[in-house]
Amino acid sequence: MKIKLLAVSIVMSVGLLFSFARGQTGQAPNTCVDCHTMLGAPYDSIVTAQQSDIHGTNDINCVDCHGGDPTSMDPDQAMSAQAGFIGKPDHEEITQLCAKCHSDASYMGDFDPSLPVDQLAKYKTSVHGQRLAQGDAKVAECASCHGAHGIQSVKDPRAAVYPLNVAYTCNKCHGDPEYMAGYNIPTDQFQEYQQSVHGIAVLENKDLGAPTCNDCHGNHGATPPGVTSISQVCGTCHALNQQLFQGSVHESVFDMMDMPECETCHGNHEVKPVSDAMLGTGVRSVCMNCHAEGDEGYETAARMSAAIDSLSTAYDSAQVMIQTASAKDMPVEDLQFNLRKVRQDLIQTRTMIHSFELSRVRDEKKTGYQAAADIIRQAKSLVREYYYRRTGFGIFTLIITLLAVLLYLKIRQIERKQQRE
Amino acid sequence: MSPKHDATLKERTTRWMQERYPLDKVTGFAEKKQVPLYHGTIWYYFGGVTLFLFLIQVVTGILLLFYYRTGADQAYESVRFLMTEVQFGWLIRSIHSWSANLMVFAAFVHMFSVYFTRAYRKPREFTWVTGMLLLLLALAFGFSGYLLPWNQLAFFATKVGTDIVGVVPVAGDFMLNLLRGGPNVTGATLSRFFGFHIALFPGIFTIILAVHLLFVQVQGMSHPLGAEEQAPDKTMPFFPNFVLRDLLLWLIVLNVLALLAVFFPWELGQKADPFTSAPAGIRPEWYFMFMFQTLKFLPAHILALEGEVVGVAGFGIAGLLWILVPFLDRKSEKGRKSRKLTYIGLVIVIYIIVMTIIGYVLS
Amino acid sequence: MRENTDQSSRRKALNWLLGGGVVAWLGAILYPVVRYLQPPEMPEAVVSSVKAGTVDEVPVDSGKIFKFGNQPGILIHTPDDQWRAFNAVCTHLGCIVQYRDDLDQIWCACHNGHYDLQGRNISGPPPRPLEEYDVNLQGNDIYVSKT
Repeated sequence: MKIKLLAVSIVMSVGLLFSFARGQTGQAPNTCVDCHTMLGAPYDSIVTAQQSDIHGTNDINCVDCHGGDPTSMDPDQAMSAQAGFIGKPDHEEITQLCAKCHSDASYMGDFDPSLPVDQLAKYKTSVHGQRLAQGDAKVAECASCHGAHGIQSVKDPRAAVYPLNVAYTCNKCHGDPEYMAGYNIPTDQFQEYQQSVHGIAVLENKDLGAPTCNDCHGNHGATPPGVTSISQVCGTCHALNQQLFQGSVHESVFDMMDMPECETCHGNHEVKPVSDAMLGTGVRSVCMNCHAEGDEGYETAARMSAAIDSLSTAYDSAQVMIQTASAKDMPVEDLQFNLRKVRQDLIQTRTMIHSFELSRVRDEKKTGYQAAADIIRQAKSLVREYYYRRTGFGIFTLIITLLAVLLYLKIRQIERKQQRE
Repeated sequence: MSPKHDATLKERTTRWMQERYPLDKVTGFAEKKQVPLYHGTIWYYFGGVTLFLFLIQVVTGILLLFYYRTGADQAYESVRFLMTEVQFGWLIRSIHSWSANLMVFAAFVHMFSVYFTRAYRKPREFTWVTGMLLLLLALAFGFSGYLLPWNQLAFFATKVGTDIVGVVPVAGDFMLNLLRGGPNVTGATLSRFFGFHIALFPGIFTIILAVHLLFVQVQGMSHPLGAEEQAPDKTMPFFPNFVLRDLLLWLIVLNVLALLAVFFPWELGQKADPFTSAPAGIRPEWYFMFMFQTLKFLPAHILALEGEVVGVAGFGIAGLLWILVPFLDRKSEKGRKSRKLTYIGLVIVIYIIVMTIIGYVLS
Repeated sequence: MRENTDQSSRRKALNWLLGGGVVAWLGAILYPVVRYLQPPEMPEAVVSSVKAGTVDEVPVDSGKIFKFGNQPGILIHTPDDQWRAFNAVCTHLGCIVQYRDDLDQIWCACHNGHYDLQGRNISGPPPRPLEEYDVNLQGNDIYVSKT
């Protein structure tokens, strides 16, 4: 009892000093910070975190969420229920707590009018929100992703919800098999995503233009896209592919057969770089997952594959020819410019596959093929020019040598004549 | 002995000319000109080689003018056009660039051979002086011509080169502005250098060259020291022997030029972009390298003066002394070789060679 | 001393051969020079100001891809009769952009990147705007140059 009294008095006196100091600098009293700082680890970690918190920098402090009395140095008073102290909020309480401000449009308008205020409404439609309502304490709520203390704006690269960090944040739960036991969903999405084109773009190349978890699943309203709307989701970036697919025979067929549109051929998390081998009738062709020899799809696949292969080969040949000419020090800038167009045509032809119409693919390929043929022709003439120059030099040297020999003979002749005279 | 109407074409032409111009005076004079035959005879050819290469420059230069366009927005593209679209444009341009370098090299060899044989001694002092002026003009040709394609290397090399001019005290800034057409290297510099390169320098060069050749023809070839009068079997006639041999050498030089143009074509590089930082490895043409490298080696300050100023002044004084060598060399007009001068010459040659090599190795 | 007929005929032969050699040599020199002087098909050097097209070719609210140096450029005749030109290489992953008259925007088909008619990247993955060029009309011709 005496020790407790001693401890409290020490805390109170130091706290008085703090608040005196703060009073000198004109700050509002915040005994929460004072005590927690003084108490050292582990109590001071929330204070350190709070220093970079976006709420803190906007003068929204401990009591605004936790309640309590920030003027009192007495812990019993400061953290009393009468003062409104709620302690560490329960899992279910957190969403209501955050929404108290974040769903209030006029309140948020004073801080950042551009911030949405529908997060809670969206959250309630999400898998996380629905399960939370059923009493599941393991699902994510606001603090799970955004943190509790040390929350930064989504535009801040330090934030756990900054686009380049989102995948790691989601993976904290979704990648933990023990945690996710009983939910019957895979836990290897992050590993798959890491290997995918999108994952490499975001995680390795820091390309903010590439999608991460929330771009396809939504963030507050996080739900896996429905089977018939996958092409819409992918189409937010791959607009042309979506357009072509939705006009093609495959859309109605896939939807009818409950096949997840783009994902059927390309995967969802582990979207690998496409290759021409995915098309056609070969071993790695995705067409062969459904089609078999003899049906119309098989024929179309084979012919489209042939068209693309011929254009791709033409492009490669053109590139090789340009290299050859360039290695012979011939000027190839014009040819390299034209090669760009061929590359563009190749991309467009490959995109045209998604129409699943052979005639359109063949049409698309024509210009590129012609351009590649032109490049090859011109590069070959440059190489010919290289040899032509050397041959010309050889002939010139021959003439000069001949003339030099004759001249030398003439000189000798003249000098002999002079000696005789 | 043959009657007039049986005379050969050659005889008839000669008679036709003789009736109008004093041909016999010219041929009479020419027949007397002799070239000494001794171990050093080979050096006599280098003056002619330099002249030949200059003629090549004039011819290829005029041809280039048909397609080259001056102006910062046109120069580079016109040279690229020349190299890629114009038939044999690559050949003309490469020959022009290679011949420029060979010409400066030949001029240096010619100059040093004249120095070491003391051919500059009385009465040929002003042949030496005009020759030195020609060498300086050749270097100026090289410097101005280098900028004309308006590529990165040339742009920054010109900037560095003209910066050095600006180092000269008192007149430096004035000269720099005059050369650059402003405080910086811009399209104005290009226009100026073009004017220098195709009009001013050729004009002055031709006049001084004519004087130089006139002196050589009038005074004849210099004899090796200590052997003023040569026995007839120790000389060869200038016409036709030496001239034909000279032509033979010129043919071989032409072939070498063609070889260089075909197998080592001159590059064009990137278009000049004043807003980028200087590319790695900018350096002047090899004939400036030894001076450039010397300046790089000099410390920032020597006594109270800036290192660069001392360097430029040093080269200036050295150049002046070199031009005045015929007047400073008392011994040679008495027929004796000054050993001191031979050593000085050797030191200079070795210095130039070593500094040039270092310049390339270090860059 | 007179030279005998043997030497005389040898001299004549050598002179003829020498003459022939000189003619061949002159031919070898003059052939490239004459070819050089004949103007190539494209008679002028392409300058940093490029003729991107003619007014007739590019109606209002349309675009045209042209070659600028060794880069593709896009020339746009905007709906309010202005002329704009940009570097046509998308700043995201290098595809060639196109003009969309339904959107009045510049669009990249590869990943749905959108640019406005000032070249600014307004939607999708592109991280930077398109480099703008100067456009000058001379009669019916449209000249594009670097700013």
